[in-house]
Amino acid sequence: MSAPILRTDALGVSYGRVEAVRGASIEMPAGGVVTVIGANGAGKTSLLNAIMGVLPSSGSVAFDGRLLGASPIEERVARGLSLVPEKRELFGSMSVEDNLRLGAWRLGAKAIRTGLADVFARFPRLQERRDQKAGTLSGGERQMLAMGRALMGRPRALMLDEPSLGLAPRIVKDIFHIVGELKETGVSILLVEQNARAALQIADWAYVMELGEIVMQGPAAELANDKRVIESYLGLGRR
Amino acid sequence: MSPTILLFLAQDGVMNGAVYALLGVTLVLLFTVTRVIFVAQGAFVAWGALTMAALENGAVPGTALLLVGFGLAAAVVDLLRARGRLSGRRLGLIAGRDIVLPLALLALDTALAPLKPGMAVDVLLTLALIIPMGPLVYRLAFQPLADASVLILFIAAIGVHLAMTGLGLAVFGAEGSRIDPMVAGVVPVGPIVVKLQSFAVLGVTAAVMAGLFVFFERTLLGKALRATAVNRLGARLVGVRVDGAARTAFALAAGIGAVSGVLIGPLTTVAYDTGFLIGLKGFVAAIIAGLASYPLTALAAVAIGLLESYSAFFASAFKEVIVFSIIIPFLLWRSFAHGAPADEEEE
Ligand SMILES: Nc1ncnc2c1ncn2[C@@H]1O[C@H](COP(=O)(O)OP(=O)(O)OP(=O)(O)O)[C@@H](O)[C@H]1O
Ligand SMILES: [Mg+2]
Repeated sequence: MSAPILRTDALGVSYGRVEAVRGASIEMPAGGVVTVIGANGAGKTSLLNAIMGVLPSSGSVAFDGRLLGASPIEERVARGLSLVPEKRELFGSMSVEDNLRLGAWRLGAKAIRTGLADVFARFPRLQERRDQKAGTLSGGERQMLAMGRALMGRPRALMLDEPSLGLAPRIVKDIFHIVGELKETGVSILLVEQNARAALQIADWAYVMELGEIVMQGPAAELANDKRVIESYLGLGRR
Repeated sequence: MSPTILLFLAQDGVMNGAVYALLGVTLVLLFTVTRVIFVAQGAFVAWGALTMAALENGAVPGTALLLVGFGLAAAVVDLLRARGRLSGRRLGLIAGRDIVLPLALLALDTALAPLKPGMAVDVLLTLALIIPMGPLVYRLAFQPLADASVLILFIAAIGVHLAMTGLGLAVFGAEGSRIDPMVAGVVPVGPIVVKLQSFAVLGVTAAVMAGLFVFFERTLLGKALRATAVNRLGARLVGVRVDGAARTAFALAAGIGAVSGVLIGPLTTVAYDTGFLIGLKGFVAAIIAGLASYPLTALAAVAIGLLESYSAFFASAFKEVIVFSIIIPFLLWRSFAHGAPADEEEE
């Protein structure tokens, strides 16, 4: 595997007394797709938020070989790290197009133009609705907009927190298709998913999280055939 | 009731309305970037006029001392909060911006004021003193509350108003002042004469309003600033520094306030607390416009100016009552039409 673009070492997150993440060490190879699967409340969102600097954490995060320390979110964004958060965090009272443009506001007019063309090519639905207020979009459209806004910033590493959350199966398929396409463009992806089957299909490497800890890891194809993973996360066997 | 009187009242109303509009659009600006309903904005107006008055008299303005105090307080807060974990660069920034700059301005004022350097220099010195106060007020009063609700921020703004009024009284005294007009002379408009200064007020108001509108509605940088109020985390995730955005907004607000003070100083006597009533009328205009629209705020402000001017003539005892009660139907209409305050979102 090539040198990791992102690596966490013994990352920990606490909410008061509750330890949501404990000693999590993960690696994200440059240009690959890594997935973190786990049950509700396992600590996946907390892990991503800590990596992005949204939450304070113990342990360390290194991006592109440099420790991030306590650097604020904006600085991590500037270095090329991007998060599509679980709650999307769109600018509801602004138009779809403005949301997208803001994704690249610091990159200049040319990057905005090429970025818009690229995002609209990937998500034709967003082009149709470019003047609509983001707050009035459907769930699937919001997810597309959140991903589009993140892509506008030309991230080198993209973290997706449950991109398929609450979406109809057909749209989930679309979203995963797009994640696959993104992988081809060379952006490294860290994918957190409830939909473990789809995530394991698309990822190169997978981590399994339980009660705040990484309990298993391996090539995604191997984990997809692991008995424990099948039982707990792929919904076969026990029922 | 002669047409001359009607016309005179109209010019008076439009004039006052223009000043309320400056205050109103500033409130909209601050709200759309920081979610703070900044009722203390009038203090910047009064401080602008009083700073100008002091400089014209060859005295060192009290705001120079206030700025040093604000800067020191902000530096102490920054140092305490960082608990020693400050990089050299950051320390240098804090020392330069919050300590050296205010002291340098104080020294500059002490050196220049007795020379009475003239109106242009006085205006520049006034702006140089008032503009840095905006970000400092934000740093001290609002930055620690940045994640709080609009209501909490509003309560903090009332506290800031009380503090600023008290500080104004302490450094300027209770006495009001008047300053020299930027443009002297009058022009006849039909049967009445209008001071040239009034046209200066109208012109500056229109320019400020148009500038804000274009900046916040048409440029991406303006939208990036607004995005911080629409969704704070969302803005940070696209790389907007929210504290920087808020500081910029408060610097703009303080600057517009100082300009307003310099403009109205020659037309009316300004004392430490004069800004408050003016600010409240700007506030009414901004509320009528839903704290969202610059043109609507300006329009409402001029309407308030006219209403005030005519009610002062026809029912002077009820002047303020009439002006402030027109906010009620608009609030009712807004709460029926929208059900929620503008731009606050839950996802
Ligand atoms: N702000 C908070 N305050 C207190 N506890 C929290 C907070 N946020 C999360 N938690 C707790 O931390 C644990 C991990 O939450 P987290 O959101 O990271 O899980 P998750 O794996 O993303 O779950 P899901 O799949 O449901 O999104 C949970 O037990 C949750 O209740
Ligand atoms: Mg989650």
